[in-house]
Amino acid sequence: MTLRIAVCVKYVPDATGDRGFADDLTVDRDEVDGLLSELDEYAVEQALRISEEADEAEVTVVTVGPDDAKDALRKALSMGADKAVHVNDEAIHGSDVIATSAILAKALEKTGFDLVVCGMASTDGTMGVLPALLAERLSLPAATLLSEVSVEDGVVKGRRDGDAATELLEAPLPAVVSVTDQSGEARYPSFKGIMAAKKKPVEELELDDLDIDEDEVGLAGSWTLVESADARPARTQGTIVTNEDGDGGKQLAAFLASQKFI
Amino acid sequence: MAEILVLVDHADGAVRKPALELLTLARRLGEPSAVVLGAGEATASVAATAAEYGAATVYVADGAEFAEQLVVPKVDALTQIAKEKEVAAVLVTSSGEGKEIAARVALRLGSGLITDAVDLEAGAEGPVATQSVFAASYTTKSRVSHGVPVITVKPNSTAPEAAPAAGKVEDVTVAFTGNAAKVVSRTARVSTGRPELTESAIVVSGGRGVGAAEGFEVVEKLADSLGAAVGASRAAVDAGWYPHSNQVGQTGKQVSPQLYVAAGISGAIQHRAGMQTSKTIVAVNKDPEAPIFDLVDYGVVGDLFEVLPQLTEEIGSR
Ligand SMILES: Cc1cc2nc3c(=O)[nH]c(=O)nc-3n(C[C@H](O)[C@H](O)[C@H](O)COP(=O)(O)OP(=O)(O)OC[C@H]3O[C@@H](n4cnc5c(N)ncnc54)[C@H](O)[C@@H]3O)c2cc1C
Ligand SMILES: Nc1ncnc2c1ncn2[C@@H]1O[C@H](COP(=O)(O)O)[C@@H](O)[C@H]1O
Repeated sequence: MTLRIAVCVKYVPDATGDRGFADDLTVDRDEVDGLLSELDEYAVEQALRISEEADEAEVTVVTVGPDDAKDALRKALSMGADKAVHVNDEAIHGSDVIATSAILAKALEKTGFDLVVCGMASTDGTMGVLPALLAERLSLPAATLLSEVSVEDGVVKGRRDGDAATELLEAPLPAVVSVTDQSGEARYPSFKGIMAAKKKPVEELELDDLDIDEDEVGLAGSWTLVESADARPARTQGTIVTNEDGDGGKQLAAFLASQKFI
Repeated sequence: MAEILVLVDHADGAVRKPALELLTLARRLGEPSAVVLGAGEATASVAATAAEYGAATVYVADGAEFAEQLVVPKVDALTQIAKEKEVAAVLVTSSGEGKEIAARVALRLGSGLITDAVDLEAGAEGPVATQSVFAASYTTKSRVSHGVPVITVKPNSTAPEAAPAAGKVEDVTVAFTGNAAKVVSRTARVSTGRPELTESAIVVSGGRGVGAAEGFEVVEKLADSLGAAVGASRAAVDAGWYPHSNQVGQTGKQVSPQLYVAAGISGAIQHRAGMQTSKTIVAVNKDPEAPIFDLVDYGVVGDLFEVLPQLTEEIGSR
């Protein structure tokens, strides 16, 4: 039987760009170039590795995002995923994570899967809660924040390196997992991969295709409200001294003493 | 008065400091009540500490489920109590687990969710949460506009203040729903005896400039002289010089101490994402052009292997 793996990937503004907010206090996606969230590359990588270990497997990348999010799907396809699903609808703009999870859950159900692989967090929102929300909506077990993951005999197993302990986790399929950036370097797309990606199918879905009402999503359907967003005054550079006279440590000690740290 | 439900995080039988901060913040919004889950024999002492920090009621539940299954049993308990008691808000510590618990509780309650708040205040339409976003380049204020607000708060968001309250213990029988990943084994991390990274008032971090695992000795010595936690950049972690649990940054810990000392760290945006809200920032770096110097209150251009030991010695002699 084919192991169907769905990978959730997000298209995010480049973290090294000058990120900010649009007038409606949503993330400004026009000012900064976007890309496949780096943390989701690890999810694609683990999905590919699991599929390579399986007798027969199919990897589908799924995204909820604007037109440009296609770039993120292309990147994942060029890494080796088989096909893609793009949920794109004007009404989605401004959706919060709870609304996004509703859309993604429906898209996953429509696509069909045995295993959902997510990144540990998106690099723009950095909430790290979507995988848990998907599990909740789909009534599935979730093994999250894994630094190692494998599938054997219909069971997904993983290792989670937490603060207080290292845990070994297990869940029967179907299940949701999320993987950290410790799970293994993501591969670079090869030239062949990039060429092949151009021919791979990308299914386009709108809210109607998923039986989702417009008022359940977007700014109106979101249950949180951003009241203000203010650029934080840039930290102003303080005193810089050199260690040319070999007394840098002493000068630093004097500063720390003046601030009552020592 | 409005009941504010606080999930009390505990480890090794003791209440973790961020839980005391939550109870302190909860008092601004209403009357705190604490939820203590799976504390086993330590339940009574954990409950007593919660009372000391303002919990009028302490809901307790114990059972093997809390250790054997991931996240979901705590979600079951918290949701059940929140519904039965018709609470006005639910507060959870922002940790990997805390955020997942909060998100699932919010979904089950039909509520909006705010994560990673760094401050909370009462507002006309419910709690207003301050967040620091895009690697701390923006400060936002948000509130939940639907349902019972569920909010996770970062450690070190406020100083815990005791305010003894009744702390009436109420046993809760939780209806577990199952559907969780199973925890097959748990190996506790060996304690270093140093403060917890996210909770420490002072953090001393080393980066690629430390050069080797052995190099971290000068970082640790300085940290110990200050009673500080030790952090590391991803470059140092990836090189295998320091454990990933000590990584500071976007994919590591987000810290907000009174004092952050960066040694041999260039100050990449992903590192800044984890430390930029520190009150005072100090850096030691050989390169005067290192971007970390843009954010420091005090910087020393020099070799960390000269500057750090001298500083440690100065501290020792004071
Ligand atoms: C998706 C993603 C997530 C990431 N997450 C994180 C994260 O969570 N945390 C994180 O830290 N990074 C993260 N990074 C990596 C980040 O981009 C940087 O690569 C990393 O922070 C660099 O670490 P560094 O400053 O130690 O090393 P470098 O940038 O190499 O800087 C080393 C510095 O040490 C100085 N130095 C060298 N020798 C000495 C000496 N003897 N004395 C004094 N100074 C010396 C040098 O001048 C230099 O400035 C992430 C990257 C990506 C793409
Ligand atoms: N719009 C989206 N489309 C597809 N996947 C997403 C989207 N948003 C988040 N995810 C997935 O959920 C993970 C955690 O996201 P977050 O909870 O937003 O930090 C990401 O690493 C992705 O795998």
